[in-house]
Amino acid sequence: MTSDLSNFDLVIAGVGGQGAVKVSDIIGKAAVSEGMDVRAAETHGMAQRGGSVVNYVRLGCELGSLIPCGSAHGMLSLEPVEAMRYIHDVAKDGIVVMNTSPIYPITVTSGQCTYPDPQEIVARLEKDYRVVAFDAVALARQAGNMKTLNVVMLGAISSYLPIPVDTLVECIRNMVPPKTIGTNLEAFRLGRETTRQ
Amino acid sequence: MSGREYMLGNVAIARGIVEGAVDVVSGYPGTPSSEIVDTLASMKERDFYIEWSVNEKVAMEVAAGASMAGARSVVTMKHVGLNVAADPLMTLAYMGVKGGMVIIVADDPSCHSSQNEQDSRRYSVFSQIPCLEPSTSQQAKDMIPYAFELSEKYEIPVIFRSTTRISHGKSDIELAPIKQKKNEVKFEKNPDRWVMVPKNARVRHPHLLSIQQDIRGELEVSGWNELSIEAESTVGIIACGTAAVYAKEALDRLGITASFLKIGTYPIPEDSVRQLLAKTEQVIVIEELEPVIEDQCKVIARDVEFETEIFGKTDGLLPRTGEFNVDICIGGIAKAFGIDSCECKPAKQDMELPVRPPAMCAGCSHRGTFHVMKKVFGEDTVFPSDIGCYTLGIQHGTVDTTLCMGASISVASGIYDAGEEKPICCTIGDSTFFHTGINSLMNAIYNKSDITVLILDNRITAMTGHQPNPGMGKTATREPTVEVAFDKLCSAMGAEFVEVVDPYDMAATEDVLERAKAHEGVSVVIAKRACVISAARGGIRYTPFMVDTDLCKGCRKCLKFGCPAIEFDEVSKKASINSMCSGCGLCAEICTFNAIMEVKK
Repeated sequence: MTSDLSNFDLVIAGVGGQGAVKVSDIIGKAAVSEGMDVRAAETHGMAQRGGSVVNYVRLGCELGSLIPCGSAHGMLSLEPVEAMRYIHDVAKDGIVVMNTSPIYPITVTSGQCTYPDPQEIVARLEKDYRVVAFDAVALARQAGNMKTLNVVMLGAISSYLPIPVDTLVECIRNMVPPKTIGTNLEAFRLGRETTRQ
Repeated sequence: MSGREYMLGNVAIARGIVEGAVDVVSGYPGTPSSEIVDTLASMKERDFYIEWSVNEKVAMEVAAGASMAGARSVVTMKHVGLNVAADPLMTLAYMGVKGGMVIIVADDPSCHSSQNEQDSRRYSVFSQIPCLEPSTSQQAKDMIPYAFELSEKYEIPVIFRSTTRISHGKSDIELAPIKQKKNEVKFEKNPDRWVMVPKNARVRHPHLLSIQQDIRGELEVSGWNELSIEAESTVGIIACGTAAVYAKEALDRLGITASFLKIGTYPIPEDSVRQLLAKTEQVIVIEELEPVIEDQCKVIARDVEFETEIFGKTDGLLPRTGEFNVDICIGGIAKAFGIDSCECKPAKQDMELPVRPPAMCAGCSHRGTFHVMKKVFGEDTVFPSDIGCYTLGIQHGTVDTTLCMGASISVASGIYDAGEEKPICCTIGDSTFFHTGINSLMNAIYNKSDITVLILDNRITAMTGHQPNPGMGKTATREPTVEVAFDKLCSAMGAEFVEVVDPYDMAATEDVLERAKAHEGVSVVIAKRACVISAARGGIRYTPFMVDTDLCKGCRKCLKFGCPAIEFDEVSKKASINSMCSGCGLCAEICTFNAIMEVKK
């Protein structure tokens, strides 16, 4: 059940170094410039060294930054297994936008654990959630730089956020290195196309 | 700068420090506190002095000295740092201050990035130094200027307690104007105040006790405590910190109304507690970690003979460990007041997910050092270690102990002194060595330990976000300064074996470690190589490496090295190197078949 104390609760899951904090920053800044109260929680420190990372962004919320269990309106997952790891935060029928291209943890490359089939993850999630899953790495490459993966994903979730798209675009312009504005805006556009009805 | 901005809690606290017209800022990095000094040190212009000190005790004393001279000072640290600084803290309470002094401590409930989850509010009770605790980032910013004023009015330092969710939360913050500086800086000789010999301490202790009621009275009406009585309700909530906002959301979700006292100050507002107890039959105290407020509320209730039932953690309704969230508050409130709750249990998830622990970066020199260390010393060696990125060596079997900052060398000595016959080789980072490792090394040399000490000098304080330290030749504001030489320092303390190696050169490192192992007494090896992240930021680029699949035999030796840039293709049974490769070349040195080489341009 989603909360009526927040306009939109978003879970951002991923791997340290994928740019999850940047996405939450862009969304937060855009929402504040639209006059909304925003509360966000970030993973810093130890967990950033390639570890599992989860951020919360609550738009139009004046309370705490942690989203109650099973009540997020949506999830943005930069990595398939990380979507599954934090899916319990999302309300039934919530929107899940996820990248299907895995990053194998050291426990998998060293043979201690196995990595599940990403398509199996999508199938599981589709039972309870509205899922938009695609290879965001391919789209980031198409935009011109693999590192824009996070902005591709931001483009995809943007169709569901209560923030005007122009405001998000303006924030991207102001918050990415000047030389990369073009690539990032293309990444945003390609991502947004995946969820435009 | 004014208006409304979206910012990190620690950035908001930094802004509060500026608004409060600070003169001197010191601190030692530690998650989740580091960004406060980082933010202030990176300002283009500033009208105050700022430093990264070598440890929290030193930082506390720098701030105390500044305050004795009349300046407004701030010292920042993480919760465990206050243990290091506890010696000056306890006597500073007696001595008091002149310029306002704020001790900012960031606690880490749930140990997100810490070795324990101690509650700094206990230090407030212990030292009788007042403590302010925000429940939002906005309050965190607004409290700092007030903290300076409180400190100056009662001539006592003020503890400001943050937690991970305040420090590393982001929210919209309403900025306020920056106050004018008005403190005159002039140290006035006054031995009765500034010299804590027994005769003076005996006078200052009763003084400290005598101002407690006045401080409590002032805090009671300071506005940082909020009481709202619901006349229709017989139940009440007392909460503090971020737990107070979780509790409000929990009440809304449960659909009940309750009288509510949000506490933001210690000593706690006893009058407000009494008022709440008088209007309620059942109260639950919601606070993360220790039952500091709960215990005091029970004492107040007993003293005034209220029959209100007080629930909390001593009865097990709420946990004494870990951070809170809305769901935990819902559970506690429902149990206390006998309400049916729609407690959310995470849906059963039967897919087995691979764990994803944090790992040392691709190209991290520590990985090379650990690899050689294991090769030279073998598994049958004790490897005490310390706090920093290299603690991640736990995954490589090279971290056998981690106690607290600087403990690796002294723990190694203790294991040797106990009569352990295995070789002992301990590791400690550059910043950690400066922090408290120097004393431990001096002790080991003086007391004739037979151990090897590996100083992992990656030229920066990396784990906490790349802060400068005395080994770098740069201050907090990146101004050039003296570069403390590890080798000379260790030699001066009497170490007879001191060598510097480049961990990217594994053969040379192996040779030195072999000799260090054979040396009787304390041998010191300094593995010097810049952190791969700061090197990349500094513009250093190496050619990445690749696997020649014709030469690769699929032996997985490189995979055991544990670098995130090395993968294995289960179909072709060959190793491969991904885009994370930073070009350190360590894997090429390891490969038995010379199958790893630089990518040809």
